[in-house]
Amino acid sequence: MSPNTRPKLEKRLVDAKYLLQEAPREKHFITGAQAMAEAVKRASVDMAIAYPITPQSEVMHLVGDIYAQGHIKEYYRAEEELGTMSAIAGASRAGVRLFTATSGPGLLRGLEAIAAWPGHRVPAVLGVLTRVVNAPLSIQPDNVEMAYLMHCGAVMLHAENQQDTFDMTLAAFAIAEKVDVYIPVAVATEGFFVTHAKGYVDMTAEDLALEEFDPVAAPVPAMDNETPPARIQRDAPVQKSNFMSYLIHAVWQQEIWDSNSRAMKYIYEYLGGPIEVVNPDADVFVIASGCAAAQGREAQRYAEEEGLSVGLIKVRAIRPFPTKEICDATKNAKAIIVPEHNAIGWLCKEVKAAIPNGGIVTEGPRVFGGMTLPVELIMVEIYDALGIEHNIKL
Amino acid sequence: MSQKVTVGPAGYMPKSAPSMGVELAPEGQALLYGNCVSEEEAMRDAARAMLTRDNPTIFPGPQVLWDWKEDVAQKAEAILELASEIPNCKIIPMPDYRPKYPKIDVKAEINPNHPNLTILDNKIKACIFVGVHCHYANLSLRMIRGGTDCYTIALCAYMGHEEAMASIRDLHAEDIRKLRDIVIEEREKLGIKWTAKMPPQNPSLPKEEFETLNAADYGEFRSLLMPRRGEQVAEVE
Repeated sequence: MSPNTRPKLEKRLVDAKYLLQEAPREKHFITGAQAMAEAVKRASVDMAIAYPITPQSEVMHLVGDIYAQGHIKEYYRAEEELGTMSAIAGASRAGVRLFTATSGPGLLRGLEAIAAWPGHRVPAVLGVLTRVVNAPLSIQPDNVEMAYLMHCGAVMLHAENQQDTFDMTLAAFAIAEKVDVYIPVAVATEGFFVTHAKGYVDMTAEDLALEEFDPVAAPVPAMDNETPPARIQRDAPVQKSNFMSYLIHAVWQQEIWDSNSRAMKYIYEYLGGPIEVVNPDADVFVIASGCAAAQGREAQRYAEEEGLSVGLIKVRAIRPFPTKEICDATKNAKAIIVPEHNAIGWLCKEVKAAIPNGGIVTEGPRVFGGMTLPVELIMVEIYDALGIEHNIKL
Repeated sequence: MSQKVTVGPAGYMPKSAPSMGVELAPEGQALLYGNCVSEEEAMRDAARAMLTRDNPTIFPGPQVLWDWKEDVAQKAEAILELASEIPNCKIIPMPDYRPKYPKIDVKAEINPNHPNLTILDNKIKACIFVGVHCHYANLSLRMIRGGTDCYTIALCAYMGHEEAMASIRDLHAEDIRKLRDIVIEEREKLGIKWTAKMPPQNPSLPKEEFETLNAADYGEFRSLLMPRRGEQVAEVE
C-alpha cells in the first residue's frame, strides 16, 4: 500500500503518566495479541518491522493493520529475524520509536542483534510471545526462550494476562526512552494461552496517544544529518588488543546493566512496582510470573478458601530482577513454591539467588513443551509444604 | 555523611557507582560523593576542587561545541565565563566519541574511550564534563575514577551522573553562571588573587585564518563540519 493512501489521523498526544494512570478507559474483550497491537496503536510508533513466526504472527498482522489505518508511519516485513533485529538497530540510529515482536526460535535467531541493542542504546520495544524452542519442532507455549534473553541487558517485563500485555507494552515505550535507561524493553507473555485467548482489557481511547519520540533527549546522538552533533560516529569498534580497549568494553557493559537497574524506578512509576504481593503475612508463598502467576493466583485462592496460610508473589519485572523486593516480601516465609512454564526453572534460580535461605524453595512444579499448568499441581506442593495429606492424583 | 563515590584511583576494575547503591538525584537536587545534596552544596565543593587542585580543566562535549540548538550558544558563553574565573583553567574539548588511533593528541582533546590518557598526561586533578552525551560521560567518569586521582564534576542537561564526585542535573546557562558566582565567592574566601581571563588557546591546533580556511584544514575532523541552519556553503571538499 502506498503511504499516500493511508489516512492522516488526528490524535491528542499525552504523557505516559496520564495515558497509563489517569486517562478514562473502556472495557474490551480481546486476545493478548490484540491487546499488544492496541497498545502499539496508542504509542505513536514511528516504525514496526515484522517477520512472521507462530504465535507472534497474530501480533504483527494486527500491527500491519494499524499501519494501514495510519497509526504507524512505517511498516515492512524483513527477510528473517536477524534482519529484523538488525534493521531495528539501524532505524534506531535515526532517532525513531520502534516496535517488533517474535517468538521462540525467532527470538533465538535474532538474538545476536538483540544482544547488541542495549550496547547500541536502542530504546526499542520487543514483544516476546513465547513458544517452545526446537527440537523437536513444535509451536506450543513454553517460556524457556526468556532464559536466553535474560542476560542480554534488556529490561524484561512478563505479562500475566491480556490486561498486563496492554499496560506493559504501553509502559515499555515510556521506560525504554528515559535518558537514564535508553535500552530495549521486552514484554513477554505466553503464546496461545494469552496471545490467542480472550480476556477483559480496560483500554484508553484510540485518539489518545503517547507523546512523539524525542530523539534529542538521549544519552547518545541520533544520526540526524541536519544537526551537527549528530554526525558523529557512534559505537566505534574497540577491538584493539590493549588494556584501553578491554577497559572501554568493560565499563560499557557496566553502563548497560546500570541503565537496566535505573529502569526500576520507572517500573514503580508506571506499573506499580516489579512485584504484586497477595496475603503478605502468609507462611507459604507461590512466586510466579506470566501465565504461571495466573495459575498461582488460583492456587492461592483455593488455599485461602481452605484456610491455609498461602500468599502469592507475582513477578512483573524479570530484568531488573526485584531482588530486594522479593527478599523483603519473603523474610518470614517458611516455604516458597515456584511454578513455571519451562524445563530449566529460570525463575526458581533467580528467586533462590535473591533470598538468603534458598533451601526453603521448592523447584517447581514445572510444565513445558506446550503443557498446561493445572492448579492442582501447585496445590500438591502447597499441601506438601504445609505437611497436609491429600488425595490429589494427576 | 559517608562518601560513596570518592576521588580515585579506585582500582583495576572498580564497581560502578550505581552497583554500589548510588542513585541519580531527583529534580532540584544534586549528587555529591554519591549522596543527594542541595545544588548549592555540590557546587561549593566542586568550586573548591577546581580552585585548589592542580590543572583544573573543562571538557566540553559536542552538545556545547556545536551551535545546534536554541540554548547552546548561551551555555557555551557561560562556560567560557566560568573558565575565565578559575585560575589557570584549561579547556580541552571532547569533539566526538571515536577511539583515536594510532594515538590521541592529549594536549588537544579528550576521548571517552581512553580519557585517562588526557587526564594523566596533563596531570589534571579536577575537571568538569559539560555537554557530553550521558552514555559517553558515564563511561569516561567511571574510567577516570578507576584509574586517576582526578576530582570529577558533571554538568548535565538531563539527570546527572552517579560516577562524578559532584553532579548537577537539568543544566541551563543560568546554572553555569550560578557555579561561576560560587567559584568567585569561594575564591575570595580562599584568598586567591585572580583577574578573570580566558583560558589559553588550545596549543595543538593551528591558528584559524578565517579568510582562507577550508575544509581540508580540519584534517580528520572535516567530516564533522556542518553549515549552520540556513547557511549556504559555496565550496566543498
